[in-house]
Amino acid sequence: MSVQQATVPQHPPVRAHRTRRRFGRSARGWAYASPTALFVVVLFVLPLGLVLRMSASKWPLLSGDQGINFPDNYRKAVSNRFFAESVTFTLKYTVLATVLLIALGLGLAMLVQESSRWKGLLRASFLVPSALGLASASLLFYVLYSPLAGPFAPTMRRLGLTFLGSPDAALFSTLFLIVWRYAGFYMLLMLVGLQAIPSELYEAARMDGAGRWNTFRRITIPLLRPTLALTTILCVTGSLLAFEQFYILTKGGPDNSTITVVQLIYSMAFQGQNDLGVAGSLSVIVLLALVVINVVQLRVFRTSDES
Amino acid sequence: MTIATRTPLALPTGGRRTRRSAPPTTLGGIALRTPFWVFSGGLAVIFLFPLVWTAVASVSPLAGTGQVKGWGFGNYVTLAHYQAGIWQYLANSTFMSLLTVILTLTVSTLGGYAFARFRFPGKNLLFMLTLAILMVPYATLLIPLYVLLNKVGLQNSLVGVSLVLTMFQLPFSTFMMRISFESVPRELDEAALVDGCSSFMALRRVLLPAVAPGLITVGLFAFLAAWNDFFAPLILINDSDRMTLPLAVSNLRVQVQGVIDYGATEAGVVVLALPCILLFLLLQRHYVRGFMSGALKG
Repeated sequence: MSVQQATVPQHPPVRAHRTRRRFGRSARGWAYASPTALFVVVLFVLPLGLVLRMSASKWPLLSGDQGINFPDNYRKAVSNRFFAESVTFTLKYTVLATVLLIALGLGLAMLVQESSRWKGLLRASFLVPSALGLASASLLFYVLYSPLAGPFAPTMRRLGLTFLGSPDAALFSTLFLIVWRYAGFYMLLMLVGLQAIPSELYEAARMDGAGRWNTFRRITIPLLRPTLALTTILCVTGSLLAFEQFYILTKGGPDNSTITVVQLIYSMAFQGQNDLGVAGSLSVIVLLALVVINVVQLRVFRTSDES
Repeated sequence: MTIATRTPLALPTGGRRTRRSAPPTTLGGIALRTPFWVFSGGLAVIFLFPLVWTAVASVSPLAGTGQVKGWGFGNYVTLAHYQAGIWQYLANSTFMSLLTVILTLTVSTLGGYAFARFRFPGKNLLFMLTLAILMVPYATLLIPLYVLLNKVGLQNSLVGVSLVLTMFQLPFSTFMMRISFESVPRELDEAALVDGCSSFMALRRVLLPAVAPGLITVGLFAFLAAWNDFFAPLILINDSDRMTLPLAVSNLRVQVQGVIDYGATEAGVVVLALPCILLFLLLQRHYVRGFMSGALKG
């Protein structure tokens, strides 16, 4: 210890003052960054390491670590009877939610883009639902869709339909909830992107006699690409990890048709099986899939940017 | 006539392209705009209806709830007496949310200051690691966190939940505070340092007032995220006395032998949503502006 300390200050005497000052500044930098570092290391890096170990160990919820059993958990995870089903359902849900939210977000943004009192009012009313938590919104729609208390219950009864009774109905009812909750948020992101497009371009297009559709296709869409990339990545990531809406609204039903991957992880860890090892290996699979999907998306957006 | 005189006031006078499609306010112009008003008004109603309906339904009568006959607050009474009582859950949620806000503001202000104004070894690595939190699924982290918190005696604790939620807020808040500090001219704090302030004094006296908009955005986001969070308390809390409000309301649905109390659920949703909507309306301009400047610079 003391030897190390003694060897440190061996700089040429001329630069010593400056070096000490630079050292002081970087030490202070570290001091200000240390709370961030502490949170990141203890609550992010450490658990990430732990989940890797968990995924390779026999680890029941109650008795804890029982030693390495490497590929067993992964084999069990993949051969789980809901694994394939939940992956397909999650992907289907992700595609539908992303297409709907991007299209509606852009549509709403273009609808309220110009500033007037009425449009400010519209903007606020589209945004209000995004102040609610996803869990509160799901609970709200749980009542709204209910065949007993919902406002549409008599009509639905007459038509012989239900909101959550069949797999397709449950999926589309959940999608409606998600669109209701998030459309305003995506509208806001799109508005930011639209504002960055210089108005001269629109003027020029109008001078050249371009119609609305052509202006939209040739100017708005290409120049909105960075925003579209950001919103798509956000939406895909969020949808792949969907949990609350299905946990509260459909509980994975009817007939286990709406189980998402994260729901599978949760029930593997805390409901019934209580197997943290298998849940850990599922989490690692999801993490890897997410990284791959995001890298692919970034590549796609970058290459189409160059062409 | 009144419309014609009022509109010039409502429209901004700056020459922006946004006015390109605003037609003159003539009778013909109004006729032309009516389909648009009906369409956009209809959309606004779709977005507002679920909220308004829930608020109204929570005080209206329905069989099988706390409010069987006539209008009143029966459902709220049911809610108030659910298990540990709504005051307990409100207190839990408030404590947990405020602690998250304080921790997030402290950590991200100091971190943002460090990233914006200092050079130190490992700076970029730490910043990238902080942003990488966004890439990792909630569930992937919460299961090992459950085990870790158990080990250090923070199982079943609201403080533990706050610590975890602060960590999840860090990518957004650190990023936001970093760009807030970077947008303040360096001369401002350098002048303070020359005058003999310590770097901490410069931060407190000079920089903090300059980054107040960023602080409000970060604080608002942290509060909304913590108040509304469902997954972290679901996994980390299992004692019914320590549950947060979203968890309590979600559990209350299936109160008596699988019979669902829709009325109490509606009341719960109102109690959950009200602070969020009020905060949102109060700080709407801020929220939108903070968000836009952040997104633009990113």
